[in-house]
Amino acid sequence: MVSMLYALLGYFLSSMLNNQNLLQVKKTLEDHSSWFLKYRLLLLFGWLAVGSFLIPQFVNEYVTFVLISLVINTILCMSLNLVNGYMGEFSLGHAAFMALGAYSSTMLTLYITPSLPPLLLFPLAIVIGGLSAAIMSLPIALLSIKTRGDYLAVITLAFLMIVKSALENISSLGGTHGLLGIRGLTTLPWAYGCFLFTFWSLRNLLASKWGRSIRAIRDDEVAAEAIGISTRSLRIMTFVISSFFAGVAGVLFAHQIQFINPNSFNILKSTNILVMVYLGGVASLSGSCLGAGLFTLLYQLLQPLGIWRSVMMPLLLVLLMIFRPSGMMGFREWSWFSLTPAQNKE
Amino acid sequence: MTLNAPLLTVNALNKYFGGMHAVVDLSFELYENECLGIIGPNGAGKTTLLNLISGVTLSTSGTMIFLGQAMEKKRSSQIARLGIARTFQHIRLFKQLSVLENITTAYDHEINYTLLEALLRTRRMKQEENKSYKASMELLDLFGMSSRAHHMASSLSYGDQRRLEIARALALKPRLLLLDEPAAGMNDAETRELLALLRWIQREFSLSMILIEHHLPFIMEFSDRLLVLNFGKLLAQGTPSQIRQDRRVIQAYLGEEEA
Ligand SMILES: Nc1ncnc2c1ncn2[C@@H]1O[C@H](COP(=O)(O)OP(=O)(O)OP(=O)(O)O)[C@@H](O)[C@H]1O
Ligand SMILES: [Mg+2]
Repeated sequence: MVSMLYALLGYFLSSMLNNQNLLQVKKTLEDHSSWFLKYRLLLLFGWLAVGSFLIPQFVNEYVTFVLISLVINTILCMSLNLVNGYMGEFSLGHAAFMALGAYSSTMLTLYITPSLPPLLLFPLAIVIGGLSAAIMSLPIALLSIKTRGDYLAVITLAFLMIVKSALENISSLGGTHGLLGIRGLTTLPWAYGCFLFTFWSLRNLLASKWGRSIRAIRDDEVAAEAIGISTRSLRIMTFVISSFFAGVAGVLFAHQIQFINPNSFNILKSTNILVMVYLGGVASLSGSCLGAGLFTLLYQLLQPLGIWRSVMMPLLLVLLMIFRPSGMMGFREWSWFSLTPAQNKE
Repeated sequence: MTLNAPLLTVNALNKYFGGMHAVVDLSFELYENECLGIIGPNGAGKTTLLNLISGVTLSTSGTMIFLGQAMEKKRSSQIARLGIARTFQHIRLFKQLSVLENITTAYDHEINYTLLEALLRTRRMKQEENKSYKASMELLDLFGMSSRAHHMASSLSYGDQRRLEIARALALKPRLLLLDEPAAGMNDAETRELLALLRWIQREFSLSMILIEHHLPFIMEFSDRLLVLNFGKLLAQGTPSQIRQDRRVIQAYLGEEEA
């Protein structure tokens, strides 16, 4: 009898211990997964950063070139998405801001301070390129508060034409021949670094009160004003920020191709960025990465088509606008990228 | 009604749309904690009047003084921040924003962090964000909608969308709330519920209201005072019982229904 009681007691005790153990395990697992949840994006981007240094050592130059193009395209796509996707405008002039970044930074690396060590020169060029694009976008930003929709599309298109013909006619910028002999400063790690900077800035901006207000403007500008959002200054700010990153992409582009002329920044360039945005998805950073990735691949695969490739892209844009105007990831975000309100509670 | 200075004084307000005189020489006053009803036939200029007060459209002439400040040249966003919130005749929610974010956007001018802090996601930025998150959740709770906080605003039922629009307006902590036909498209039961909600809001938030409504029993019951508009002109003003007996009003407006 006593031994049976002991046995029972032993059974209970051991099962309790077991339970405790199980709980313990479960708890460490949970700790582990919340730790993972918290740092997964950092891990991903960390690995990609390592990859950006290692990959060029193992693949040929063509692959590295395509990868750099992909990263530059992603920056362009995110920057245009801010205006077209998140704010709901339709800007056609993004190539112009790219051009401003490309030309201003090239002046720096080619003529003004070419003797600086690249490790100093290139960041300087990136900042100068971004800032000049941002400053030059101010007049357009100011016009954008007067007009919206179709009219803004026309105005930005006109701005692109003005920038292009100005570049063609300024002989110190090489005129129609453009600038040659630009140093190939854009490496994969530099491009990737700029991507990270763009991504982090935009993600944090969009998860702030400004981001909410930008999206509110897209949905209903009258209502946004009526709840106290000063839509004019916000639209100017958004436009300028977007242009800054387009300028940064321009810097990377110029120092990748090592040769720019006004024709590098024509309406087709703008169209390509639009295709990326509306392919990947409006108002989505993961959509932008996806769109830029797919576009870059497609663009390379269609290489054999030659001149017909330039027809395909606008055609693709038309098809997208008709059949899937918000793109694959439209208005959705990959959970790894999104910042939910709960994450504020750190 | 109190003997204090009026909360809002409108004087000789006019609005032309081209040749169309939509608001004609309108003058009235509104006091603290008062509920002013506006009635009038279709096209009488009721919505236009609310648009003028809230700065959505600019007046052609006339003055509006709210809390001692001239409002007629201010932008809609400035007026909102000074304490006049509104809803719209046709619901204007931020459809692609969550129910919660619809409220938070209205709280945002109260929370305080710089653009740089936002880009760096500093601790203070997160604290401020939490403040507006909590405040918005509390408000949603009061409206019984916190379970749907993370749904898209467009996924709400029509009645809930109307209520969310009112909640969003309240998030501004207004002194004056303008409601443009809040019961439009609602059945009798929903209208009664709305009436109770508005009563509760007035008690809880102690604010003044201007309410446009076609549903006469509703507005007669709810308003302290009524303005009757016809072709942009002020036809009559007074307490509901005065308005009920006003012959001009009966002829011009009520007559259709009570004949
Ligand atoms: N933006 C505008 N441009 C031109 N005319 C306008 C505009 N807004 C209103 N109107 C005109 O002004 C007059 C008053 O319109 P309002 O919308 O204020 O009427 P309402 O009293 O709100 O009518 P309802 O009961 O139908 O809502 C109408 O004749 C309308 O056509
Ligand atoms: Mg109306």
